[in-house]
Amino acid sequence: MTLALNLDAAFSALADPTRRAILARLAKGEASVMELAKPFEMTQPAISQHLKVLEDAGLVTRRVDGTKRPRRLAKAGIEAMDQWLAMLGKALEKNYDRLDEVLAGMEQPMIKTISKTKRGENR
Amino acid sequence: MSKLTLKTEGDTQVIVTRRFAAPPEAVYRAHTDPKLIQKWLLGPEGWTMPVCINEARPGGKIRYEWTNGEGGGFHLTGEYLQLEPYNRILHVERMHLPDPTPDNQVETRFDADGTGTLMTMRMTLPDAKTRAAMLATGMERGMEASYARLEGMIE
Repeated sequence: MTLALNLDAAFSALADPTRRAILARLAKGEASVMELAKPFEMTQPAISQHLKVLEDAGLVTRRVDGTKRPRRLAKAGIEAMDQWLAMLGKALEKNYDRLDEVLAGMEQPMIKTISKTKRGENR
Repeated sequence: MSKLTLKTEGDTQVIVTRRFAAPPEAVYRAHTDPKLIQKWLLGPEGWTMPVCINEARPGGKIRYEWTNGEGGGFHLTGEYLQLEPYNRILHVERMHLPDPTPDNQVETRFDADGTGTLMTMRMTLPDAKTRAAMLATGMERGMEASYARLEGMIE
């Protein structure tokens, strides 16, 4: 039950491209809110709002450093990023499983044509 | 265990690798022959590609239209930049959802690997934000099946 709830929170947190980009930035290391706000052309309150969603989902944690509150990726955040990539891989894998079948089917007609010709010549 | 790997590199690239049991010629053909593409490049179960234009020559056009048969659909357009049969393809593509996404430049290599092929697809997006958005689109398409799997695991 708890696992299901956490997954739901994590997935809805990941449903926003800005929040995924924040996670991608934090994957490189700890960052302040100001540093996080910079590349997104967003105000600090808007970024703080996204960070709150990520923190509530357990994906991001904060540290107290004087007046600063630098954010870092939580263990769950790392796992969520991995899972996000793994899910994409699953979707692609479906296509490539089909391609395996197509490739298996491509070689057969050629072999058949050759063997038919050979048989025809022999007979 | 899975034959596929998917990873991000730097701020703007996504790299996918996959091994195939067939030689590079066959895998290359399956990526450039519309009749073959229509059999596998379909995404989730239930989707089909009624329109598949693939002019495999430099400057040639690419247009794929997908539908789920229930009124849902989208399309992709692109252009070929370079082709080295049966080894390498360089093309650009964009999804229309319905607004076009920024161009994704895709280099696909087919290297002989024993009797099979190692395919390496390197996608380069204009910036980190676009890459995140592209990964998100892919995630949403694959998500339904993944949710079902997760629910099974949790029970």
